[in-house]
Amino acid sequence: MIELMQEYGKAFLWSDGYHFTGVAVTLWLLVISVVAGFCLALPLAVARVSRRKACWLPVWCFSYLFRGTPLYVQLLVFYSGVYSLSWVREVDFLNWFFRSGYLCTLLALTLNTCAYSLEIFAGAIRDLAHGEVEAARAYGFSGWRLYRHIILPAALRRALPAYSNEVILMLHATSLAFTATVPDILKVARDANAATYQPFYSFGLAALIYLLISFGLVALFRLAEQRWLVHLKPITHH
Amino acid sequence: MLYGYEKVVWQGALVTLQLALLAVMVSVLLGLLGASAKMSGRRSLVALAQVYTTLVRGIPDLVLMLLIFFGLQIAVNQLTEWLGVSQLDIDPFVAGVLTIGFIYGAYFAETFRGAFMAIPKGQAEAGLAYGFSAWQIFHIITFPQMMRFALPGIANNWLVTLKATALVSIIGLADVVKATQNAGKGTFHFFLFTLVAAAIYLLFTTLSNLVFYWLARRYGAGVREAQL
Repeated sequence: MIELMQEYGKAFLWSDGYHFTGVAVTLWLLVISVVAGFCLALPLAVARVSRRKACWLPVWCFSYLFRGTPLYVQLLVFYSGVYSLSWVREVDFLNWFFRSGYLCTLLALTLNTCAYSLEIFAGAIRDLAHGEVEAARAYGFSGWRLYRHIILPAALRRALPAYSNEVILMLHATSLAFTATVPDILKVARDANAATYQPFYSFGLAALIYLLISFGLVALFRLAEQRWLVHLKPITHH
Repeated sequence: MLYGYEKVVWQGALVTLQLALLAVMVSVLLGLLGASAKMSGRRSLVALAQVYTTLVRGIPDLVLMLLIFFGLQIAVNQLTEWLGVSQLDIDPFVAGVLTIGFIYGAYFAETFRGAFMAIPKGQAEAGLAYGFSAWQIFHIITFPQMMRFALPGIANNWLVTLKATALVSIIGLADVVKATQNAGKGTFHFFLFTLVAAAIYLLFTTLSNLVFYWLARRYGAGVREAQL
C-alpha cells in the first residue's frame, strides 16, 4: 500500500510528470461540465415549462433521449460512433473535435447533466407556490423580469437539494472518462493495478479519493443550503 | 438490416435485461434489509447500515464494480491457494449481478426507509392492538401502503440500475453494449451500432415507464390528490 502510494500518489493527485492526471483531471471535467450544463439547463428549463408546444416538445425530446440511455452509450456514440463517419473526418473542425477524448467526454457529460438538471429546475418552477407568481404579477412583473427576479431565484433555491445530488452523480459519472483515454483518477488506478496486480489497493485508493471528494461536495452544498435555504428550514424549539 | 448481427445484438439485449432484473431483485432485498436495519434501533445494526449506504453512495459505481470484480477474484484465488484446490474463476455474469445488486441496494435502502417513515405510526399500533404478528403487520398493513410512497423512488432506482448495466461490458460481459461494439468493429458501422444500443436502452426505459405508470395507478387506488 505504502509503495503503491509512493509510486502513484502524485499521478493520483495531479500529474504523471508529463500531463495532468488524477484528481486534477477529474475535478476539471466535473467543473466544466457542471457549469456548462447549468448554463444550458436554465433557458431549457424555462422552455420546458412553457405552454407552447413548439417550446416544450423539442426540450422534452432532448431530455427523454439523454435520460433514457446510459451515459456510457452516449459517450460511445460521440467518441467511437461519430468519428467513424467519413464526412465528419473531412470537416477540419469536426475532425479535431471528435478525435479528442477530452472533448467527447466533456460533450457527453455536459449534455447528460443538462438533461437531468433541466428537469430538476423545471420541476422546481412548476412547484412554486402559485401565490408567489400572482403577487409578482400584481406588482407589475412580467416576462423576462418576472423570471429574472422572482421565479428563477425562488426555483433555484428550492432545487438546491436535488441539484446537489445531481452534481455528486456527475462526479461519479466522470469515472467513465478513462474509456475515452482521459487520464482521470480511475485511469491512474487501472494503470496502477495493471503494473502491480494489487486491485484492492489500487481501486481502493481511487474509491477513497472519490469518497473524500463526494464528502467535500456534500459539505459545500450544506453551506449553500444554509446560505440560501434558511427560510425553508423546519422550525425547531430549543 | 444489421449486416447479419441481428442475433448477436438480440442476445446481448437479453443478457442486459436478465442482468438488470436479477440485479434489481438482489438490490430490493438488500434495500429492505438495510432499511429495516436502519429503523431497528439497535445501535450496531444502525451503524452497519449507515456505513453501507454512505460508503456505497459516495463511491462511483464503476470504481466499486472494478474493485469488487478484480478484488474478489484475487481474494478467491488466495483462498483456493491456501486450501490447495484448483483456481476458481468467478463467472462475470454472477459477479455483475451481485456487484450491481450490492451497489443499488444502498439506494433502495434509503428509498424504503423514507417510504416506511411516511406511514403514520398509528397504523402499525392499531395492527398490534388487534393482535397481528409483526409479519402480518408488515405484509398486510405497512407494505402495501409503503409501496405507494416508495414507487417513484423504486421507478427511479430501477431506471438507474438498468442504465448501470451498460458498465458491465467494461468488465468483459457480453451485454448489448459489448455486442454492438463487436458488431461495429466487424462492419465498420460504429455509428449505426452505437445508435442501435442507445435505441434498445430507450425501448427498455420507455416500457418501464409504462409499467410504472400502471403500478402507480394501482397502488394509488383510493387516494385523492389535491386539485390545483
